[in-house]
Amino acid sequence: MADTPIPLEVRDITKRFGDTEVLKGLSLKAHKGDVITLIGASGSGKSTFLRCMNLLEQPNEGELIVHGENITFKTTRRGREPVDWKQVERIRAKLSMVFQSFNLWAHMTLLENVIEAPTHVLGKPKREAIAHARDLLDRVGLLDHADYYPAQMSGGQQQRGAIARALAMDPEVMLFDEPTSALDPELVGDVLKVMRDLAEEGRTMIVVTHEMSFARDVSSQVIYLHQGMVEEVGPPKEVLDNPQSDRLKQFLAPKH
Amino acid sequence: MIDLQGYGPRLLEGALVTLEVAVLSLLLALILGLLTASAKLSRHWLFHRIATLYTTLIRGVPDLVLMLLLFFGGQIGVNMFTDWLYYEFDVDIFININEFVAGVVTIGFIFGAYMGETFRGAFLAVESGQIEAGRAYGMSNRLIFRRIQFPQMMRHALPGLGNNWMVLLKTTALVSVIGLSDMVRIAAEATKATHEPFLFMIPVAVVYLLIASVSEWIVARLQKHYNAGFGEADEWNN
Repeated sequence: MADTPIPLEVRDITKRFGDTEVLKGLSLKAHKGDVITLIGASGSGKSTFLRCMNLLEQPNEGELIVHGENITFKTTRRGREPVDWKQVERIRAKLSMVFQSFNLWAHMTLLENVIEAPTHVLGKPKREAIAHARDLLDRVGLLDHADYYPAQMSGGQQQRGAIARALAMDPEVMLFDEPTSALDPELVGDVLKVMRDLAEEGRTMIVVTHEMSFARDVSSQVIYLHQGMVEEVGPPKEVLDNPQSDRLKQFLAPKH
Repeated sequence: MIDLQGYGPRLLEGALVTLEVAVLSLLLALILGLLTASAKLSRHWLFHRIATLYTTLIRGVPDLVLMLLLFFGGQIGVNMFTDWLYYEFDVDIFININEFVAGVVTIGFIFGAYMGETFRGAFLAVESGQIEAGRAYGMSNRLIFRRIQFPQMMRHALPGLGNNWMVLLKTTALVSVIGLSDMVRIAAEATKATHEPFLFMIPVAVVYLLIASVSEWIVARLQKHYNAGFGEADEWNN
């Protein structure tokens, strides 16, 4: 354990939008192979928390350590921001993100999407990147769609393609921001299946989700957020099957 | 080649001048336009202020006035500068603003402002999620610009750029006023000498039309290129 730095650690993150404090001191530690799910009502801050992890949002306070590398911040007139954006780019390349609205690059084919960051950010040779990309597309069941543009694919296909794009970076940690929320119900299953496979092969994942069965079956840790604070945390059996707070009980109650 | 009472070769040379002025002004205008759009979209107030001043100035002053101002005023300014160099540092140089440079710079400067507006709108039309995905994958701002923003923006910009180019092409006729021997000036001279306006002005009009048609074809090709991935659903029944 001491030899290999843990993939991702965040300490005491706070985030304010104007006068509203949306994150009130959140911490999280992802060891290798952990699947951490963040659950909570909308507005609880779970997506913002996730977006602070790869600095798409700048936290107002707190520390961020990616694979042993501590991000340094400075305070300017505009607020707190990283000292070295090159460092930020480097750590972002280690934390692949899968977005709710897929965000595949619309002017590129699926294959081009998957090789884009490996070739242009990591500097991988194109031939190698293509071979890797084809393997990954095969894994997510989209090899025959390699030359399709995103707009030619269904939401579920786009999201599986986006997962292939994320995997192509060989990331330390994969961040999933409500990956199934924008999908038609019948397309959710395929995407969740791919994610389950990833969890099984030991990928480190942090997942913001509303899919309770996924959280129950797959995660090593569930964090329930309420108004920017951790309300309950623990293994899914404790948090989901034996909730302590009334709020979480109500949140988990079947809705009709 | 058509002789046109001996004016044929000179008219052809004039057509080349017109084309050169147009293409070089276009390049300058595109560069200035991109810079203006970036300045207007930047968070830095000074850049924003300068860009706004520039576009306001250009849009409010007639093209011809700007051209005369730059051609005559520019030479005075340059002379003052070289005089100062001579007195202060004993450096003796002479810079001559010729009609060609003045024409290209003025037209490029004017259309840079219009291109800037076109580019600005086009950049704003790119979905923020596309840029965010670039950030999330460790791309630098430059890489995001080159690989994502620029190619996606062009789809929105091309119709406007094509229009601006057509207007720019016709604006090059103004350079004849400051004495540059473009196609229009030569045709005007020939008309005065021969009193046969149709013989010269119709070929001139045809050449402009020809350039315009070729441009339209090129713009259509570019449009197709930058539309890849965004086209109509019926193109795609695969």
